Amino acid sequence: MTSRRDFLRIGLGCGAALGAGALPGVSFAAPAGGEPRLVVVILRGALDGLSAVPPYGDGDYAAARGPLAIARPGAAHGALDLDGFFGLHPALPGLHERWRARELLVVHAAASPYRERSHFDGQNVLENGGDRPSGAASGWLNRALGALPPPPAPGLALGQNVPLILRGPAPVGSWAPSLLPEVEPDLVARLRDLYSNDTTLAARLDEAARIGALADADGAGDPAAQRQMARAGNGARLRAIAEAAGRMLAAAAGPRVAVMDAGGWDTHAGEGGADGQLAGRLRMLDEALSALRAGLADAWAQSAVLVCTEFGRTVEANGTRGTDHGTGAAALLLGGAVAGGRVLADWPGLAPRHRHEGRDLRPTTDLRAVAKGLLAEQLRVPTRALGAVFPDSDRVQPLAGLVRG
Amino acid sequence: MTRRAALSTRGAGRRSASEEGAQPMIASNDSLAAIATSRFGLGARPGELGPVAADPRGWLLAQLGRREPAPGELAGLAAGATILGEFLAARDERREARREAARDGGAAVQPLANHVREVLLPHYLAQAAARTRIALTTAAPLRERLVQFWTNHFAVSIDKPICLGTAGTLENEAIRPHVCGRFADLLRAVETHPAMVTYLDNPQSVGPNSELGARANRRRAFAAAAPGGRTGLNENLAREILELHTLGVDGGYTQADVTSFAAVLTGWSIGGGKGRYAQGAPGTFQFRAALHEPGARTVLGRRYAEAGFAQGTAVLGDLAVHPSTARHVAVKLARHFVADEPPPALVERLAHAFGASDGDLAAVYAALVGWDGAWAPAPQKFKTPAEFVYSALRAVAALPKEPKALLAGFEVLGQRHYSPGSPAGWPDRAQDWDGADALMKRIEWSVALADRVGESHSALATLEATLGPLAGEHTRSALSRAASGSQALALYFMSPEFQRR
Repeated sequence: MTSRRDFLRIGLGCGAALGAGALPGVSFAAPAGGEPRLVVVILRGALDGLSAVPPYGDGDYAAARGPLAIARPGAAHGALDLDGFFGLHPALPGLHERWRARELLVVHAAASPYRERSHFDGQNVLENGGDRPSGAASGWLNRALGALPPPPAPGLALGQNVPLILRGPAPVGSWAPSLLPEVEPDLVARLRDLYSNDTTLAARLDEAARIGALADADGAGDPAAQRQMARAGNGARLRAIAEAAGRMLAAAAGPRVAVMDAGGWDTHAGEGGADGQLAGRLRMLDEALSALRAGLADAWAQSAVLVCTEFGRTVEANGTRGTDHGTGAAALLLGGAVAGGRVLADWPGLAPRHRHEGRDLRPTTDLRAVAKGLLAEQLRVPTRALGAVFPDSDRVQPLAGLVRG
Repeated sequence: MTRRAALSTRGAGRRSASEEGAQPMIASNDSLAAIATSRFGLGARPGELGPVAADPRGWLLAQLGRREPAPGELAGLAAGATILGEFLAARDERREARREAARDGGAAVQPLANHVREVLLPHYLAQAAARTRIALTTAAPLRERLVQFWTNHFAVSIDKPICLGTAGTLENEAIRPHVCGRFADLLRAVETHPAMVTYLDNPQSVGPNSELGARANRRRAFAAAAPGGRTGLNENLAREILELHTLGVDGGYTQADVTSFAAVLTGWSIGGGKGRYAQGAPGTFQFRAALHEPGARTVLGRRYAEAGFAQGTAVLGDLAVHPSTARHVAVKLARHFVADEPPPALVERLAHAFGASDGDLAAVYAALVGWDGAWAPAPQKFKTPAEFVYSALRAVAALPKEPKALLAGFEVLGQRHYSPGSPAGWPDRAQDWDGADALMKRIEWSVALADRVGESHSALATLEATLGPLAGEHTRSALSRAASGSQALALYFMSPEFQRR
């Protein structure tokens, strides 16, 4: 089997009446636990989707991947099976559990509209929501927040600064654990006065105070805990931050939209297969996503987490047992709100003639269709506003049915 | 744009300052001195503004001599090749020991992480501490800012373990000697430095038809071993040279140019190895002919005949003077010094200076310093964490002795030395650094610094000695009403005027 184009493709038109999207813009006075949450996790550096979600059933897979191929399910260090054709990398047991709970949906052979191979432009397109680098100075998730009729709590970036995807006119905060003691309220008050003629710094200060109070209320603000978090190694730190993020999102006054990112996916050399460099990163991601779920606790049921990357990597290993920059990638959608247990892929096949420019996995799903579907069904962004959130995307229909009805 | 022409515009800043009218002040040489030290330098140290005010532009231009001796702080640091050679030896030893252990059931082998922590980390800390000491004490802060600008342009990040000991050596060995020289020399020094070739994975990039590549692939074919995984090219270095180091992402190259250039660069490697492929001292840059893909290659429409190492240097030489490179460098310099969205007229001026001088960087810097708009009193740039830490420590003439204390600010504020995390380097716009949490971290760190230098510094005197006429009334009055001397100092560090340059 070299090509398999008959994968699940959920109906594009029939989903408009699904889920809460039926009442766009209606404010709901549900208890905190009932409000929808959306978390976007950006994997910077281009995740190798053919290793994270190996299409082991594609007859060309093992040959094309050579030393990087993940063995079939059941074999030693084999993939964790999804649907008899796709599997998960063996370092992703937590995600596999979500799959079995029908809370994980995989979108494969997906890509943003960007077709060059620069990380930095690729991330820019992924985040600005347009069809070219530097097409918009704000991010699509910020514009989505702005399009919600009763504006929700400000968005939250996990990190000191706000990545492009969440930048823009709608208010956003940021949070990262600190090594230093908390600042006296008197100084904050004086700074507020000092910034009275500086709207940017004044807004940042207010937002920081608000998030600080939220973190305090929830225990993440405890100075000793923060120092420990800030000093932890990469994996432990990401886990701790993910869990703190989950708790803040779960809080009644907390954010409803958050962004995290993780780097280290640019595996040009010595990528490894079931073990090695990439496997280590994937394990870290798997544990961080489990920690996020633990932090969200009851609110997990109302949550959707989109894990995406700027582009995929070459189908074949390069000369240094790694992969170079490619095109089609895999995206993951998980959460209690997600209609999971499915792989969405109009699979193009891995044989050279099916590849993009003879080298990359050919993208068959526009990531904007996934994002639009999520915004419509999960955040209930009015359909008419999606055009402004994703400019120049008239032809990209939102994928429907991503969220449980 | 020649240096003479740049100098002839002296005094123009005075005009634009009074036209600006944003700040109620007489645009004196005092304010030009504050701009020179804050925007172009690393922030004034007490006592610096006075001498600079005599000739602010001249003070900057005098720092741009082509050859200057290396700063004394660098004495005693190990060479990059030595550090890398030791790392590779440790790696080989461990591999060998592990093989033996597997064969004979020997003792457990120390993981390579121990070498990273015990050997590489001290090298890194020494380099980072030396870099910080230079920045805090130098009398040529523009030159030092330019050194760090180019280190960021040619970014090597320590999050790749093999680079932990060498990232700083790229700055000291390849960048410092050429910071005011020709871009072509700078480019060549960087791309032939062991830190860069290892960071971007080139030592293992092998021409499929090279001596070694053909042998390896033949062996594999006969053995009918693992399919795929042929010995071959790695595109990383070639792509980042084109995208980040020279032409820029819109500079007019294609995927075919990347692949072709990657073939040209096969053999750009490091020394060491065993048996028939042993070559050169371990860790030094080496051209390995046995890895080089033979044949002529076309890059950007120009054909380069097979010439071994010289094929690569010929491509680099052309890239170094390409109009797209001139423009890319012009945009980045203008963005760094003047505004996040740099004025097109300035970019044009710098690109022209670059082109007219075949990439003489001193001429480009002189064109920047000579541009009136660069002297507008209203600051356009929000300081990066590193710029903020340097300027605050310089303002109170602080020079912590312990490396840990010296480096704490960079760590707390999220800009550890040599760790941009990607070959694109740290971003250089306000939006990348002005997050709410980032501001709170700056406040926390300011309080810690102000508490440490304590009441010995009058905040208002520090203000006069560092920003002087650039500081507004609102800030002055906030400082004078502060509850304590150290609170006043923290307020000064966090004032809108001090946060920008």
